[in-house]
Amino acid sequence: MVIATTDESGLVAEGLSVRFGATVAVDDVSLSVGQGEIVALVGPSGCGKSTLLRVLAGLEMAGAGRVAWDGEDVTRRVVHERSFGLMFQDHALFPHRSVGDNVGFGLRMKGADRTARQRRVAEVLALVGLSGFEARTVETLSGGEAQRVALARSLAPAPRLLMLDEPLGSLDRTLRDRLARDLRAVLTELGLAAIHVTHDQEEAYAVADRLVVMRAGRIVRDGLAAQVWADPQTEFAAAFLGHENVLGPAVAVALGVGDGTHSVVVREAAISLVDSPEGNAVVTDVQFRGATSQITLALAVAGVADVLLRVHVGRPPTVGDRLWVSVDRLHVVSLRTDG
Amino acid sequence: MTRRARTRRALAWLVVGAVPVLFLAAFFAYPIGSILGRGISDGSVLDVIRRRSTGRLLWFTLWQAAASTALTFLAGLPAAWVVARVSVPGRRLLRALLIVPFVLPTLVVGAALQATFERFGLDGSGGGLRMQGTVWAILLAHVVFNVAVVVRIVGGYWALLDPRVEEAARVLGASRWRVAREVVVPRLAPALWGAAGIVFLFCFTSFGVILTVGGPTHPTVETEIWRHATQRTDFTTAAALAILQLLTVVALVGVVNRLERHAAVRGVARRPVPARAVRSVRQALGATAAVAPALVLVVVPLGVLVERSLAVGGGHGFGNYRALGTAETNGLFVSPLQAVGNSLAYAAVAAALAVVVGGLASAAIVHAGRRSGRTMDLALMIPLGTSAVTLGFGMLIALDSPPLDLRASRVIVPIAQALVGIPFVVRSMVPALRAVDAHQREAAAVLGASPARAHREVDLPIVARSLLVGAAFAFAISLGEFGATSFLTRPDAPTVPVAMFRLLGQPGAALRGQAMALGTLLAALTAVSVLIIERLRPKDALGW
Repeated sequence: MVIATTDESGLVAEGLSVRFGATVAVDDVSLSVGQGEIVALVGPSGCGKSTLLRVLAGLEMAGAGRVAWDGEDVTRRVVHERSFGLMFQDHALFPHRSVGDNVGFGLRMKGADRTARQRRVAEVLALVGLSGFEARTVETLSGGEAQRVALARSLAPAPRLLMLDEPLGSLDRTLRDRLARDLRAVLTELGLAAIHVTHDQEEAYAVADRLVVMRAGRIVRDGLAAQVWADPQTEFAAAFLGHENVLGPAVAVALGVGDGTHSVVVREAAISLVDSPEGNAVVTDVQFRGATSQITLALAVAGVADVLLRVHVGRPPTVGDRLWVSVDRLHVVSLRTDG
Repeated sequence: MTRRARTRRALAWLVVGAVPVLFLAAFFAYPIGSILGRGISDGSVLDVIRRRSTGRLLWFTLWQAAASTALTFLAGLPAAWVVARVSVPGRRLLRALLIVPFVLPTLVVGAALQATFERFGLDGSGGGLRMQGTVWAILLAHVVFNVAVVVRIVGGYWALLDPRVEEAARVLGASRWRVAREVVVPRLAPALWGAAGIVFLFCFTSFGVILTVGGPTHPTVETEIWRHATQRTDFTTAAALAILQLLTVVALVGVVNRLERHAAVRGVARRPVPARAVRSVRQALGATAAVAPALVLVVVPLGVLVERSLAVGGGHGFGNYRALGTAETNGLFVSPLQAVGNSLAYAAVAAALAVVVGGLASAAIVHAGRRSGRTMDLALMIPLGTSAVTLGFGMLIALDSPPLDLRASRVIVPIAQALVGIPFVVRSMVPALRAVDAHQREAAAVLGASPARAHREVDLPIVARSLLVGAAFAFAISLGEFGATSFLTRPDAPTVPVAMFRLLGQPGAALRGQAMALGTLLAALTAVSVLIIERLRPKDALGW
């Protein structure tokens, strides 16, 4: 075995590929995670996120590529000797053990003695806000508590890298938002390198510093969260990250914001609306959303069929009103043409 | 995992699976095959089947089984409903009481009913109503014995059906009766067919019960095989009847399997829906009325058995039990207490064999390829459906020459008993092994457990209980096994059921009292096994 060394610290994965029969689940993926960095791996379900995590954890063997930690090659190392943590979507708590025994499991595998274990278990349970839960059985935990116990179990043996596979997926919206914030607080407090897999962009923004967007087994965008959001580069990433208004090249030109070959992302701040009987758009739908209403506009641009724009406004017009729509070119981002 | 590693793993599991396959081939397929060969080679099968008496015999065997099944459901279904749906005080005890007869030896049930008939003057002695020796006695005994099957299988399944579906139908305007017909029965159908199939099979191949309460005037296919093989040494007729019975059983299993699969429905919870507390006097009365027939049928005969075992002369005492220690005047060659020792030893060996063979089989069923797993699962169920008498008879005639010359060896008895116990081990192990979540094993691995350690830390604690449940089942079944054992025990080393049968067959109140005492002891031993099973059994377990 060749032990290749690089001077990069943290996780470095290069050229990873995984095939299941004829399908390519992970296709030539390279990814690095620095010490203390929190990366959100996002993409639609079935895009290969979970498989990539399983390869990094050592639960799945890659057909090609290598994985290294702090310059040391761990591609061939078996899962239980990698010291990487993985938190499963369904938590996979051991139902026949108490909360304390679940959390202390990894320490026991390391050969830690009873008192050291008890101390560390109490410590991580306090960290996730479940002090005194040691004797509870797993069946009696609520969804949010089970999630916290699973997190504590992954943290207890102090892994070098923590991977989280849609850990908040099964929880409701409010609980999810709160736990996402708590999760970030815990990870930053420990200064732990982490990969957080999710298909929810808001959760990704709440937890991570960096965003990696996957599609069909490939990484299509990788960068700081704000950067990726502001400049998604591809229409797929733009749609996935919550941009509602993506205009085709022709429409963009008609509104004076395009170069004629690329689609553009229009941020809401760039759109201004003026009441006008000669307006270039008709209101087709108004949905009350509390403080604002979301209106949908059909844009009549020369030579192009109706184009829909979604805008949130304070005082909603009524369906059928005509409006004049203009777009500020400074708040528009051009995309690469990748479809 | 690479493709090669996967193939290697599947191969390893096939090797594990080879042990049960060889065991089954040597001790089940070969003996049964010998009977088939014997019957077919001299062409006697057709002669025997063409006899008019054979037709009558088969007809009686079939209709008594059908009638027994119907009556069992009549008594068992309401009780199953209570056990599944109503939270009455002492529900666990009630369930355990109703389920005890499931592993109670047939001979004990037979002896208990005999004693009950005598006690209440239904044996025809006082010129009154006679039950003993009638077909009614056979039907009644079958109900006592099989109510447990209905309570266990149908009740267990019923607890998994969400009652809100029925409530939804009620809200939509369906009457109670309509709900029962259009919602409850269709949803219960798989369990109903499954239980009906098992009860019918047990009644069709019933042996000890027919011998004890039916008497010589009500022969069935099973008792005739035994009579021809042991008392008339007419092996040809015995083999022919065994073939006839085997064919009927195979056809029956096929039909039930189809019906059961056809009826399979979705929407079954993984855990039992909590039972509801009784809220009104009317509900309490309803629940009591529903459970009373089954409870009376089970408790009264067992109560009488215990009472009779204590009856000495005019009063009560432990005389019958003290007499168990002596070998005089009982015609057994040994003391009944020695039979208890024999039974315990045989059952322990049989349970150990069943756990090893059944455990390996379960692991192979779960981990080998899907098709080979299913085939083995089915193959291991066959001994359960085969008549015990045929099995014992087959082993007797087949295992008499090297390399399998076991007729003179004592080990032949526990081997036969293990064959009957293996399906129970497999039935309780396979669901448990399947329930072990692969994610949990992976979670253990990520936390630093090696593959072997992950199996030990995750699978073993979950499966250990099921293994013990299977062992307790195999032990209890072996203790009471009579059909096969009666062929294979040596006269100087009888088991308890064999000793009981001989004692019951001799005149004299003293020997009868000893038989009752032996029956009580055996019932207590099996009951303890059942209580252990009930304690250990995971709360959400399906099946047995």
